Parts: sequence; structure tokens; C-alpha cells
Amino acid sequence: MAHATLTPTSEVKAPGPARRSRRHRGESLTKVLFVLPAALAMLALFGYPVVKNLLMSLQDYGLRTFFTGQAPWVGLQNYTAVVKDKLFSDAMVNTALFTIGSIVFQFAIGLGLALFFHRRFPLSGVLRSLLLLPWLLPLIVSSATWRSILEQDSGILNRTLMGLHLVDDPVPWLNSPSVALIAVIGVNIWIGIPFNVTLLYSGLAEIPDELYEAGQLDGATGWRSFWYITWPNLRAVASVLLMLGVVYTIKVLDIILGLTGGGPANATQTLATQSYEKSFIDFKFGQGAALSNILIAISFLFAIFYLRSTRRAIDE
Amino acid sequence: MISKRIAAGLAGATALSLVLAACGDNGGGSSSSSGTTVSSLSVLDYYNNDPDKSLVQKGLDSCASQLGITIKRETVPGDTLIQKVLQQASSKTLPDVLMLDNPDVQQIAATGALAPLNDMGLNGDGVIKGMVDATSYDGKLYGLAPVTNTIALFYNKDMLAEAGVQPPKTWDELKAAAKKLTKPGRYGMAFNANATYEGSWQFLPAMWTNGGDETDLTSPQVAEALQLWVDLVKSGSASKSVINWTQGDVNDQFIAGKAAMMVNGPWQIPSLNKNPKVKWDVVQFPVNKVGQTPVAPLGGEAWTVPLNKDQAKQQKAADFVKCLNSDENELAWAKARFTLPTKTALLDQYVTEVPSMKAFGEQVVNARARTGKLGDKWPEAAKVIYQAIQLALTGKASAQDAFKQASGG
Repeated sequence: MAHATLTPTSEVKAPGPARRSRRHRGESLTKVLFVLPAALAMLALFGYPVVKNLLMSLQDYGLRTFFTGQAPWVGLQNYTAVVKDKLFSDAMVNTALFTIGSIVFQFAIGLGLALFFHRRFPLSGVLRSLLLLPWLLPLIVSSATWRSILEQDSGILNRTLMGLHLVDDPVPWLNSPSVALIAVIGVNIWIGIPFNVTLLYSGLAEIPDELYEAGQLDGATGWRSFWYITWPNLRAVASVLLMLGVVYTIKVLDIILGLTGGGPANATQTLATQSYEKSFIDFKFGQGAALSNILIAISFLFAIFYLRSTRRAIDE
Repeated sequence: MISKRIAAGLAGATALSLVLAACGDNGGGSSSSSGTTVSSLSVLDYYNNDPDKSLVQKGLDSCASQLGITIKRETVPGDTLIQKVLQQASSKTLPDVLMLDNPDVQQIAATGALAPLNDMGLNGDGVIKGMVDATSYDGKLYGLAPVTNTIALFYNKDMLAEAGVQPPKTWDELKAAAKKLTKPGRYGMAFNANATYEGSWQFLPAMWTNGGDETDLTSPQVAEALQLWVDLVKSGSASKSVINWTQGDVNDQFIAGKAAMMVNGPWQIPSLNKNPKVKWDVVQFPVNKVGQTPVAPLGGEAWTVPLNKDQAKQQKAADFVKCLNSDENELAWAKARFTLPTKTALLDQYVTEVPSMKAFGEQVVNARARTGKLGDKWPEAAKVIYQAIQLALTGKASAQDAFKQASGG
């Protein structure tokens, strides 16, 4: 519209559209220039690794490749090899158990603590910031610490449990294939709680007090106020949190490597540890890349699922 | 397929003739291609902690001054060395002299990255056969290790004396002794059975001594060896935690008095000596049946020369490796670092001078290299070994079935 009013009527013949498009071009050029730095950064830091990883998963990329530069194409052989591997199904199940177990408890405990800290009480601020500690520790440090806590003979956890006569024999936390996964999930829950508390607490702070006051007038107290006021208002935060939780948890590597190294007897192998092992212990980088692509695909599914659900929420 | 091979062969032949031609040229005018004298060499190794770091530096410095050069040394942590080598290989920045753990030499040599040392005036004469096996590939020598090590049985002298137990010579004696030495808060025996190559390495004395072989892991001899580990853990003479322990953890248990005997190597001696309260000694690994010879794996690092376009530099690097493997340096490093010289002729002299290394000196003569039989296929066998150990010690498989299961059968 602005162009039309500025353009004298005598010049309507032909130059109008030309000039308009030139201006248009200038405008779109600026737009492109604004996007360009971000796009370049995305390409270099995100696009290149993903593409390179995809290519690697289709190549016989091994120790020799680094010296000769030769990585022959093998099509989908790497994918069939990793899927046929006897550990693949175990790793899939363990990844699912690890992810679901971690997220359910992280979220539940995180929500409980967030609600607890939401009713301000003396020292609640200090306590809440202390709760962040697990998050601030380097993962290698926390896994080494937990490894000594969970040690079967002299670990402090077994000593305490036996001192309190809660168990008769020391629990083989990291030494038994049937217990190790539970122990590893437990440690991961401990690490994930601060993140959940922080986000859920800020979500709770966003809910206006008037809603609760109004609800109280209508008799919504206790559980009912949580179910009809808190939860619906927290849903957006919760869905972001769960989505991020899945993406973060599914690829956890350092905690498992630090605690059990995937053992005992492969009881804590996940897709991530398998991918690491294929690449950096067996030097079969092609197969390692294939496994990590499967991981990326699974995370991607969750991302799409999340995007669709939020879009529906916006449409509503 | 065939035509490809012929083509490769032809290419190889052409390359060879070019090299020969280059060599011929060199004879005529030595100043043509590599006239500038080599004044410095770059070195990469993984002795990144003292005292080893500075002790190795001494040997490197003395060889450098003998050759009239300076060295640029870089050290990285042990578990990152191969990754570093791979990075350098792909960016064509490998050092002039490269240290490699002996079981890795064949794998790296197989990629064609290393220069054969035979062509440059080096050989493995007089060196323990196992070490020459480890550092050779396709009949050519690619590295030389000045010093080596192995593992044997350490025991706490006070604890054995108190229990009235002699250092075990057979597996039965070992099991009986371990049981007798076990009491609340203390295990009779400690070893490393974790799911890494280190766990396989610690199992080899039992497996090899009993006549087991990595070329046939499903043999009864191998199963019997695994049964020994299982018996020790099942009877409570060794901690169930052995499946997570590293060799360092095992040593910590021993020093803390929580284990009366342990399988470990001489590199732990400096830390043992820091704790004078712990009175220890070493014997060879026990045998299953009387008449067997204890056979343990060879440890230690080899020095190699990556292929270099600069022929003069490559030759200088080979001379440097030769100097590191001189009798003088072998003895100096062995004495300072509680390792063993790799030349058999030096062993007797060494053991009289360092009596605490006596058992290791006996054990190393019959020791074998991990890559001696399978070459660059060894890592796959090693993986089957540690997975089988894990299956058996966690009760997921019997010692008889564990190897079949671990190898995917």
C-alpha cells in the first residue's frame, strides 16, 4: 500500500513493478543477511556432523581410514550388522527402561519438591539452591563418587543399610546383572531431579494466585486445586520438560561408563554405550555411526510428537 | 576381484621401484633431497605422570645428545593415545618417533602407517621372542621395546606367616590359601576381572599356564582357567566386586590390607614401597598341574617410526629408537622404573641388582605376547575373553558355556 500512494499515477505504465521488485529484493536481501550468520552456524555445527555421521554409517570406516583416507561404501551393511548384533535387543530394552525409569521418577520427585518449595518457608531459598548441587557437579565426578558409595563390601550405602538392619547381606548394587541397571537408573534420577525442580518451580510461579483464590471460593482445595488449577496450567512446562528429558536421557553415556562401563555381563549396555564401544574400542566407526543414527532417529520421533502436540495446543 | 588385486600389485610394484630409484639416487648425491641435517625429532608417548614422565625424559635426552639432536616431546594420557594417533594420522602430522603399547603395534602397522625397521639397520636379535612377535607384522619389525613387564602373584608376607600359609605353587594351593587367608573385612585374593582389555590381560596367566589358547577359546583348558576365577569368587575368597575393579583398585585393596594376595604387575612397586607397613613379595603365577610352566602376558611399550617423506628424518628417528634400545638404556630404564630389560642376556645381571624383580624376571622369559598368534585380530578375542569372564562370575553362564555364549554361539 505504501508504494502505491508514493508512486505518481503518471508512471503507472511499466517501471512500477520493476521498482517494486527492486525494493522487494533489497528488503529480502536484508532478511537473508539477518538469517545468514545463524544459518551458517547451524550448517557448520549441526548440519555437517549430522551429514558426516550419515555418510560414515554407510561406509566401512575403520582404523585404516584415518591413515589411508579410504572408506569404501558398504550401503546398509553397518545397519544390518548392528541390528543383528546379539546385544542390540538388550541394549534397546535397557535404553527404554533407563529412559522411562529415569524420567518418571525424575518428574514425579521433581514435581513433589517443586510443590513443596512453592509454599515459601524459612530457608526454602537456601534449600532450593542446595538442591541444584547434583546438577553442578561434573558427571565424571558424580559417577566416581556414586561408584564408591555403591561399592558392595565397603560402600557407605551398604554399610548404612546393614547398620540399620534393613538388609542382612550387602546388596550387589553394581555387581549383579539384575540390580546394576536399577542402581544406574537411581543415580541418573538423582542427577536429573534439580533440572526438573527448577523448571517446574518456575512453572508454578507463573500460575496467578487469583486462580487459587477463585478456586477456593468454589471449594477447590488440596487435591482438587492441584488437579483442576495447577496441573492444567503446568501442562505446557511439563511437556517441554518431558520432551527434553527424553532427548537428554536417551543419549546418557558418561554416567553409565563411569559407574559400570556397560557391565556387569552387559547388563547396563544401552544404545549410547554400544555406539561408543563400536567406535572407540572396536574402531568400527561406521557401525558406531549407524547406532548413533538410530538414536537420533528415536529422539527425532519424540521431537515430532512434541511439536505436533504443541501445535495442536496453539491451534486450540 | 582378481583384476583389482593385480592392479594393486602393479601399483605396489611401481611404488617399490620408485622407492628403489630414490634410494639409488641418494647413493649418488647425498645432498640432493635431504641434504639438510636433521636437528630435531618430535616424540609422542603416554608417560604423562611422574615419576615415569621424567625418568623417560632422561633416557630420551641422553639419546638425543648422543645423536646431536633436540627432541620435541608430547605426552598424552594412556587411554587417549590411540585417538591422538588417529587424529594425527588423518591430518598427516604424526610424530617422527611414536610410542605404542605393544598389543597395538600390529594394528597400527596393518594400516601402513609405520616404517619397517629392518630396512634401517635395526633388528630384534637377543630380544625376548614374545616381544619380537608383538612388534612384528607380516614378517617385518615395526617397533622395539626397551623394557617390558608382566604380571605375577603378589602376597602379603605378614598375613601369610600369621595364617601359616606358604606362597601357593598350584591352583589347589592357591584356592586353599585364599580361603584360609579370608576373614571378616579381608579377602584372601584379589584380581581384576572387569569388562575391559585389562580384565582379559589378568586372566591370561591362568589361561596360558593351563595350555589354553586364544585360537580356540572353547577348549576345556580355557574353561578350567575360568573355573579358577569362579571358584575364588564363589567361595568368598575374592570379592564379588572383582568384575568392576581395575588393576589400580586391586592394588589399593592390597595396600589397605583388604586382600592378602593379588595378581598385579611391577609398576605397582613404587606405590607399594610408599607404604612400608605392607611387607610383600612376589612369586610366579601358580600352575594347575605340577609340571606346567607359568606363562604370563608381556606388557610394555614399543617405540616405532611412522613413515616419513623425509628419508633422512626417518633414518634419524630409527637411529633414535635404536639408541633407546641400547643395553645401557634398557638397564637404566628397567632399574629406575621397575620394568624388565627385553634382552634376555641382560636379565640375569638385572635381577641380581634388583632382587625384588626376581619372580618377574623368571616369569618374563616364558611370557607371551597377546598379539603373537592372532595379530591384529587379538582385540576381538580379548573381547570374548572379558565377556565370558563377566558371564561366568555373575552366574549367567557356567565356566564351560561362558566362552561359547560370549563368542555369540
